[in-house]
Amino acid sequence: MTRVYVPRDAASLAVGADAVAAALANHAEIVRTGSRGLFWLEPMIEVETPAGRIAYGPVEAEDVPGLLAEGLLDGTARRLRLGVPEEIPFLARQTRLTFARCGIVDPLSLADYRAHGGLAGLDKARTIGPAATIETVLASGLRGRGGAGFPAGIKWKTVAEAPKNHDGDRKYIVCNADEGDSGTYADRMLMEGDPFSLIEGMAIAAFAVGASQGYVYTRSEYPQAIATFDKALAIARKAGLLGPDFDIEQRVGAGAYVCGEETSMLESLEGKRGQVRAKPPLPAHKGLFGCPTVINNLVTLATVPCILRDGAAAYQSIGMGRSRGTMPIQLAGNVRYGGLFEVGFGVTLGELVNDIGGGTRSGRPVRAVQVGGPLGAYFPPSLFDTPFDYEAFAVKDGLIGHGGVVVFDDTVDMAHQARFAMEFCAAESCGKCTPCRIGSVRGMETVDKILAGRNVDANLELLRDLCHTMKFGSLCALGGFIPYPVLSAMNYFPEDFKRGQRLAAE
Amino acid sequence: MADIEPWNEDRARAIIAADAARPGAALPILHALQAAFGCIPLAAETLVASALNITRAEVHGIVTFYHEFRRTPPGRHVLCVCRAEACQAVGGEAVADHVRAALDVDWHETTRDGAVTLEPVFCLGLCASGPSALLDGQPVGRLDTVRVDRMLETLA
Repeated sequence: MTRVYVPRDAASLAVGADAVAAALANHAEIVRTGSRGLFWLEPMIEVETPAGRIAYGPVEAEDVPGLLAEGLLDGTARRLRLGVPEEIPFLARQTRLTFARCGIVDPLSLADYRAHGGLAGLDKARTIGPAATIETVLASGLRGRGGAGFPAGIKWKTVAEAPKNHDGDRKYIVCNADEGDSGTYADRMLMEGDPFSLIEGMAIAAFAVGASQGYVYTRSEYPQAIATFDKALAIARKAGLLGPDFDIEQRVGAGAYVCGEETSMLESLEGKRGQVRAKPPLPAHKGLFGCPTVINNLVTLATVPCILRDGAAAYQSIGMGRSRGTMPIQLAGNVRYGGLFEVGFGVTLGELVNDIGGGTRSGRPVRAVQVGGPLGAYFPPSLFDTPFDYEAFAVKDGLIGHGGVVVFDDTVDMAHQARFAMEFCAAESCGKCTPCRIGSVRGMETVDKILAGRNVDANLELLRDLCHTMKFGSLCALGGFIPYPVLSAMNYFPEDFKRGQRLAAE
Repeated sequence: MADIEPWNEDRARAIIAADAARPGAALPILHALQAAFGCIPLAAETLVASALNITRAEVHGIVTFYHEFRRTPPGRHVLCVCRAEACQAVGGEAVADHVRAALDVDWHETTRDGAVTLEPVFCLGLCASGPSALLDGQPVGRLDTVRVDRMLETLA
């Protein structure tokens, strides 16, 4: 029977992939994979032919009988035919390292994983030893993909060198899979499409720093990812990849955005309210249950295996400035070609939005782009020459965060977006520090006054002052960064904040 | 939705005991209780506190901190509609308004016939396929008013 690959990524399921698989079930051998990440083409299926895989999409269940009659199974049907997937421009322009296997392999086949280069990184680490493993990660220039951009190798080295505080203390590897930023889905895609890469990355980290237990903290909004990853853990345990020396447990969050902040995540893992801890002590010294802990983002950990396998130099040679390697950028929102685009740092925001993303899905002009999640700045097209790089975004009072790029067309009301930022912060604040807990509520009220046209100029000044207090007075990035979307909206789209004033004057 | 059991103290004790020895057991226990009973009844807080050797106030603090833990059981179906930026950019707010009007409920409320509980959610990771929602744990994307109506028709 001809083999047909049908994704079971949540975004594919969301547009009917299960029905497509069911329609094909009696005609072909179905292999469920992750997604290639070309979401405007989902459900995108791939037929195995003697000439390689041929992609079709977007395929709906109703299309299947017709396509079968037209020669789908030998790749000759013309309708919805996309050709060789790797030759689709959106994929051809990428440098897929972290996502090399995603959408290609059966996510729960360890044999598939190994056949596509998996576990070579762990083998390499075991050959060169813990110290050289840390050196390799350091030399690769890999920085934290959760947003803070801290060098992963330095974090690992600190934990490796940290003394255990008490006899019998453990060291921990914690994977941050609490991917709460709107516009991001890279963690979810990997957990659903290539979960063994995370397991291998965590095993390498554990070997390097001497940790005996790992936790993956996954957000509850990802039921498919949770289920797939639990299955992958069981398979890895059975294969001896995990065991008494190092095991991993998945813990599920409960809808608190702030638990994506590393110290809040530790509190949550310890079974407490997810309230942020003051630093120092750093988690690398006193982290989970008071023990030295590596906390890395999922993408950071899942990138480690290919760095070990291919060497630090290969990874380090990609990128720009101090941002080395590739970034899985997630094009989202009102964008024509939305999907995961893994590429070396340095691509400009304009290339991403216009060339690769094809502008808006609505066909209207792009007005604003929010990069880096709810705490990221809104950039107008006049800043589209900004290269995707930690430092270049920081210089322009923005951040790349976890790599989410949310596109808005010209119907967006930026004062409304500023209000939403404050509303979101008020809803999600852990309550520990005053600037965030109270500032966000006062901020929301102040935007409301501005929208109603009351003392607009004075309230704009007050809002700016409040943002300053939150930025420098908050304990963590939630209250500290929420000024980015608010201030960028005020700075680049001031006319949206004057509407209420005009209405009040009329 | 999986069947929700009526509150039963012995059953709750067994659920708590199954996870109580895990390090930092509170969240796994609360998830297990909610999976069984559809919510975390006040009566459960005392049992969790005693099993974990913490105060009832601490347990109450944990339960109320996390948005997902409920105090009352949900309807027969739970519909979580995304309200975050990527869905806003493609008309998510209009879709959400349509859902609220069609069900005649506001956020966190259950329809009068007990069929559907509506919850807001901030991002489902379906940000290139929005507006999106999660219906009884199953993702739904590219929502518009027509697709919403078709989806709601299937719920009883």
